[in-house]
Amino acid sequence: MTDSVRSLRVGALTRVEGEGALNVELRNGVPEVVELNIYEPPRFFEAFLRGRAYTEPPDLTARICGICPVAYQTSACNAIEDACGVSLPAELVALRRLLYCGEWIHSHALHMYMLHAPDFLGAPDIITVAREHRDAVERGLALKKAGNRLQEVIGGRAIHPVNVRVGGFYSVPTPSDLKPLAQELRRALDDALATVEWFAGFDFPELTVDHEMLALSATRYPLEDGRIARSAGPEFGIAEFSEHVRETHVAHSTALHATLDGRPHLTGPMARYTLNHDRLSPLAREAAVAAGLGAECRNPFRSILVRAVETVYAVEEALRIIENYERPARASVDVEARPGVGHGWSEAPRGLLYHRYEIDAGGRIAGALIVPPTSQNQAAIESDLTKVILAGVDLDDAALTAMCERAIRNYDPCISCSTHFLTLTVNRR
Amino acid sequence: MSRRDAPSLAVWKFASCDGCQLTVLDCEDELLLLAEQVQIATFAEASSAMVGGPYDVSLVEGSITTPHDEQRIREIREQSGVLVAIGACATAGGIQALRNFADVAEYTSVVYAHPEYIKTLATSTPASAHVTVDYELRGCPIDRGQLLDTLAALLVGRKPRLPAATVCTECKRSGVTCVTVAEGIACLGPVTHAGCGALCPKHHRGCYGCFGPAATPNMGAMIPLLHRDGMSGDDVDRVFDTFNVTQFKTERQRP
Repeated sequence: MTDSVRSLRVGALTRVEGEGALNVELRNGVPEVVELNIYEPPRFFEAFLRGRAYTEPPDLTARICGICPVAYQTSACNAIEDACGVSLPAELVALRRLLYCGEWIHSHALHMYMLHAPDFLGAPDIITVAREHRDAVERGLALKKAGNRLQEVIGGRAIHPVNVRVGGFYSVPTPSDLKPLAQELRRALDDALATVEWFAGFDFPELTVDHEMLALSATRYPLEDGRIARSAGPEFGIAEFSEHVRETHVAHSTALHATLDGRPHLTGPMARYTLNHDRLSPLAREAAVAAGLGAECRNPFRSILVRAVETVYAVEEALRIIENYERPARASVDVEARPGVGHGWSEAPRGLLYHRYEIDAGGRIAGALIVPPTSQNQAAIESDLTKVILAGVDLDDAALTAMCERAIRNYDPCISCSTHFLTLTVNRR
Repeated sequence: MSRRDAPSLAVWKFASCDGCQLTVLDCEDELLLLAEQVQIATFAEASSAMVGGPYDVSLVEGSITTPHDEQRIREIREQSGVLVAIGACATAGGIQALRNFADVAEYTSVVYAHPEYIKTLATSTPASAHVTVDYELRGCPIDRGQLLDTLAALLVGRKPRLPAATVCTECKRSGVTCVTVAEGIACLGPVTHAGCGALCPKHHRGCYGCFGPAATPNMGAMIPLLHRDGMSGDDVDRVFDTFNVTQFKTERQRP
């Protein structure tokens, strides 16, 4: 009997952040090789951070990702403040969380409307979607803009904010700076709720994943800090992160693959929601229930719903922080360099982002380790692809390829971040 | 992605953080209008529809760091009427150009367990080191207003307004109290290329040079002032060795 061989190829993944490809080989309908190829060229952040001043990682690591610079700045600040034994007063933590809400709103709106929704509407992009759904697209753009405005007011600019420093900020806004923002956010809350409602009407392909989920957990829904939570297995502290989450280097990728205790795991909106949904605001919880989300979300195609619910939460949370805002007496606290190791993490829009720095006696970075969410999700994405290919083996090449690309976009992968991502090549044989 | 008879626009990515091409998508108020005026032919981050060249305008983000990308930037140049380099990576090599002054093999061994899997050049270089570039938008990241003005200028056939002044000039014009004069905060505004609107001084921070050097920066006068305002020799080296490291090094080496 001759083997039946099938071959599909996508040179460059689109509507993802960064450069990647997919390599799939099928023999007699069975996927033999499923590789997410990340060919984004390496930029060596962890190497050139060595010798820099302990105050520099927030500005330098922001440049790993133009979509989630606040996540990099926050995890870096958390790690250095940890190393130096400094904790921030509650009002500066609140301002950091407010800035982070801005990034969540912007990044989620970007992914939901511009990168992900076109998949559900059979369109190549948001401009094409706008021909039939002009009002919805304008709503998405307004939502995204509200997030960016928040980042501009608190951070100075939306991409690579200038106002963040170890110990806090360079300057803090006055209550009257925040007033116009509150007005914009009240409109954004209506837009966020309408977004959940619109997406709830989409058709979601069936897929259930059983990866262990990893997310931060805190008294409030996790953003800027927290302790670790996981769906199976005992909790661990931040200093033990590297013992549990290990990165390995595979030949088909310039991104490192991370696993949790040796198995693929999942971080990001689905993990955060599953482990923390009871900490959403009443309105966000109500929206989740109305959209058909239960106590957990294990269908990656439905992650767009979770992002929409998280956007409702982030808008409300930003409004809450603004309402309670009192201008901090000082924009930052002093952070004196102290030799040692510090760990920091936060919930980037696409998942847990961990930083570790070793600081030497001269206040310089002696070693740096950064574990971004997409390198943690890469093994889970490859596992999902196998399931999607098995379920879709009767589809023609174009339809199966499109389904694979959708399975990848479910994770809002940030390839620029993970480089240390995809062209789809499917060889069926 | 849009009208077929309109001028075509392509957006390309090389080694970068995606932030400068994101600036196109951050034009929330103008994006739909822009799509009516230009045909967004290729923009992988935003659209699955990729139309082949030639293109009237190409926006190039990122620096050249692989042998494949050396070839790709030449192909893009051949396909493009006007080529605009956007952001510090594309205009100066970006922060990843710190490798140009280090041992890239050692860098690879620090980050990757299997350096043999990694194909990279020893240098990170701007587009202009490989092909003719028509316009450069400075900044890490670029300014959204400058991007929109440049696209509008190219649409109507005028020259883009890209002032070669300094951040210091922009700062004075916008009436911000000088952070150096008033508070002794070290600031790179006098030697840094304009374009950001003096964002850092507006936030009570000295400019950190993310738009790179201005046209004729007086480095010889600047550096003693930085020392006066509390920066050590190492501090001065580090503040210039960031997103525009290659250009600031050139300026500092001028006699």
